[in-house]
Amino acid sequence: MHRFHKLDKMTSTRCAVCKYFRRRCPPDCIFAPYFPNDNPQRFTCVHRFYGASNIGKMLEEMPVQLRADAVESLYYEAKCRIQDPVYGCVGIITSLHRQIQIAQSQLAKAQAEISFLDANFVGVEPTSSLSESLVQQNGVEHDLDDPFSTWFY
Amino acid sequence: MRSQEPRSSSSCAACKFMKRRCTLHCLFAPYFRADEPKKFAKVHKVFGASNVTKILNEVPEPQRQDAVNSLVFEAEQRLKDPVYGCIGAIASLQDKMFQLQHDLAVAKARLARCSTRTSYPSCSTTSPFSMLDGEFGMTSFDVFVVDQGCGLTTEFRQHPFP
Repeated sequence: MHRFHKLDKMTSTRCAVCKYFRRRCPPDCIFAPYFPNDNPQRFTCVHRFYGASNIGKMLEEMPVQLRADAVESLYYEAKCRIQDPVYGCVGIITSLHRQIQIAQSQLAKAQAEISFLDANFVGVEPTSSLSESLVQQNGVEHDLDDPFSTWFY
Repeated sequence: MRSQEPRSSSSCAACKFMKRRCTLHCLFAPYFRADEPKKFAKVHKVFGASNVTKILNEVPEPQRQDAVNSLVFEAEQRLKDPVYGCIGAIASLQDKMFQLQHDLAVAKARLARCSTRTSYPSCSTTSPFSMLDGEFGMTSFDVFVVDQGCGLTTEFRQHPFP
């Protein structure tokens, strides 16, 4: 009876990872807070691309308070890769780059239009600093290169 | 018993890294050249060789180069930002998008005000940009991420992780 009680306790408190590997889930299991046993799909999704051992290493190397966000980001990237096996979430980044380029082009045209109209207005209104602020805000930091810029010529 | 598969004349970066024999039909060889050892090292650290093998086997051959390039990019982002990886990059780009959207709306409002002014020096003066009047819509911005079908909606910016 005691043995069954112990088994019940082990199976009911195992995290999704330990359940997947059919092993005992220790009290200090690194995965347990982020892979609850009521959501096994979450782990299988992440495990499919990163592997449990890589995930464990990543989590060990970062502060505890950041691990939940790290697991969420891994999960999102894994989901993106399932939906798009070729590009994964990089497809989203590329799409965003294109949208930003279009928006910058439209903003530049609008800016030029405003400048033209301002210049041709007889009763000149004081030119606000909007034009200058729009130009300053128009720049996009280049720390995130468009991945496609290095792939296609 | 040793494999009878013919050996490649030179090992690819993956086989060199894993210290194994590189065969003529090595899956990694076309994409991880020997002169780019860091490329495979990054991918191996984040994904692992066996996972990369599975991913490549699930992709048609003509698209494998792109798949490898995207894996390398993701691995680089993850190594730069171990917590958020590519998601950090996406959130940053979304912020820039929202800023641009706001700026464009302000510019549009300003143009609308300008267009109501009637005191042009010459009636024949027409704005060279008048053909652009219909081009300030931003219908694509709000749905760009939803279209990707990954569940990353524009709410992502406010609540990245529900």
